[in-house]
Amino acid sequence: MAGQEQQQPQSRDTEVDEDVPAAPPASAEGQASAATQGVDDLLDEIDGVLESNAEEFVRAFVQKGGQ
Amino acid sequence: MTSAVPGGPSGVSGGLPAGGAMRVMGSETEYGIHAPSAPGANATMMSARVIQAYAQVTRQRAAGGAETRWDYTDEEPLHDARGWTLERSQAEPDQLTDQPPVLDAEAVALAYGRQELEADGEDESGTLLMNMVLGNGARLYVDHAHPEYSSPEVTNPRDVVAWDAAGDLVALAAVRRLSADPELPPVNLYKNNTDNKSVSYGSHENYLMPRSVPFGDIVRGLTPFFVTRQIFCGAGRVGMKQDGSRPGYQISQRADFFETEVGLETTIRRPIINTRDEPHATADKYRRLHVIIGDANLSQTANYLKFGTTALVLSLIEAGLAPKLEVHEPVASLQAVSHDTSLTATLRLLDGRRITALDLQWIYFEAAAKHAQDTGVADAVDGDGHTHEVLERWSATLTELGNDRAAAASSVEWLAKLSLLEGYRGRDGLEWGHARLGLVDLQWADIRPEKGLYYRLLARDRMQRVVDDGVIQRAVTEPPSDTRAFFRGRCVSRFGADVVGASWDSVIFDVPGRGRLQRVPTREPLRGTEALTGGLFARHREAGAFLSELLGLPPGS
Repeated sequence: MAGQEQQQPQSRDTEVDEDVPAAPPASAEGQASAATQGVDDLLDEIDGVLESNAEEFVRAFVQKGGQ
Repeated sequence: MTSAVPGGPSGVSGGLPAGGAMRVMGSETEYGIHAPSAPGANATMMSARVIQAYAQVTRQRAAGGAETRWDYTDEEPLHDARGWTLERSQAEPDQLTDQPPVLDAEAVALAYGRQELEADGEDESGTLLMNMVLGNGARLYVDHAHPEYSSPEVTNPRDVVAWDAAGDLVALAAVRRLSADPELPPVNLYKNNTDNKSVSYGSHENYLMPRSVPFGDIVRGLTPFFVTRQIFCGAGRVGMKQDGSRPGYQISQRADFFETEVGLETTIRRPIINTRDEPHATADKYRRLHVIIGDANLSQTANYLKFGTTALVLSLIEAGLAPKLEVHEPVASLQAVSHDTSLTATLRLLDGRRITALDLQWIYFEAAAKHAQDTGVADAVDGDGHTHEVLERWSATLTELGNDRAAAASSVEWLAKLSLLEGYRGRDGLEWGHARLGLVDLQWADIRPEKGLYYRLLARDRMQRVVDDGVIQRAVTEPPSDTRAFFRGRCVSRFGADVVGASWDSVIFDVPGRGRLQRVPTREPLRGTEALTGGLFARHREAGAFLSELLGLPPGS
């Protein structure tokens, strides 16, 4: 508990004392392109993981009934 | 007829705090099964090989057989002993072999036709293990034509997530084992619910309830909730209609397979509320609510909310405080909600109001939050340790679904899958009917971390965790400490060589030198805990002495 009580004012002080220059507001366009970049990386990775011949693979996945 | 286990609370809540998200519950997962190199292989046979493979894994793990066979006798009330009353069974070994612990090739041929058996291309003259009880208290078996993992009983949604995900690691260990066997075709397992060709298989939830709650109250209280909870626990599906013939994307894997409101069946004319009532516990006190409408979840948050919010709503129903509203045409509404990824469609209530699925969930949330506050279980410090977090995550997720869907995609499974699919559609210009999108949907649920797309997102921290990986790993071998699953799991892992069968409500010993089997009933889900039986296990390394103390017998009797 003591540790928590100490920590909170500290972190508040840090916020107040350090005059951190506000980051320039990211443009909506910039945010969107960063997000797109992340998705592109992800898709590139998944391209290498996907089973080859999607159509045949999906067609062959046939299950018997279950609950 | 001596109870060797110290007495404990035996009321219906069994000592669990009432009013919130704590409850005896468990999950069942039927895995989709596919051997790409052997497309004609018999699904039941392949499923049996999965069980067999895991038996080999556990034999390596612990000398003396760490797992045991399922005891079918709990399907019938052979004993009307109540509670944790221990008794010496009069059963002879040959009575127990009446039960079908193994499926031989002949039985498979009768059930599925000899041609299919032979199409398998292998001589299966021996018998195959179809049923196991695991050291973590779970059951692993062949259900119809799928391998199924039924989690041990737990008391809270966090533990459901851990022991349900442990099942995926069990399945993974079996898949690895099979892929290392040069004589057998590799088998893939998928934690999904449909092949998109008219077939669906289930992921079920079980909740213990007092039998005194009228079933009509359960139906009225749960139906609107079940019609709409998919907006945060649906797993997402490429394809509309049962056979997936209409291109598109919907919220739920299962919604299109439901055809009626209330009923007993689970494989045909599936009902929103299932009336199967095998309590697997003292029947005059408990009902086991068997929920069949959920999707299998890989997303931990989705799974956590699925169980946690349902447990809260059951607490509302038990208190007579469920919201008083009824959805017009529940089955059609269930499908309308699933088909509306914009979450803007409105449902018609019987009183004439029209509200969105999101608004309906908020009504349930407000009622559950108020009841939990009134009973004290929701307090962040003095509450039951679970309800506060369920309520926090429930309201946070509903808020995100309303105004920040990008944020919700790290916890809501259908949105996470959709963002991946939209990525492909955007990059490659694919229409919804394109096979690659179908493959993304299927491979999302591959349980191998290097192939499963959910696991690829998890590795990039694009999906939130509720429990640490180490907790899940531990749950593969360790039972929960606070239910009878502890007793079952420990008996299996400690005395596996002397345990001839086990089920939800019994463990059967065959100890050398004793003339007959000893059946230990475990009919109270909150007995057999570590607190009640841990000392017994600590004192005995040998089954005979263990049983003697448990049953209050002189050694060797």
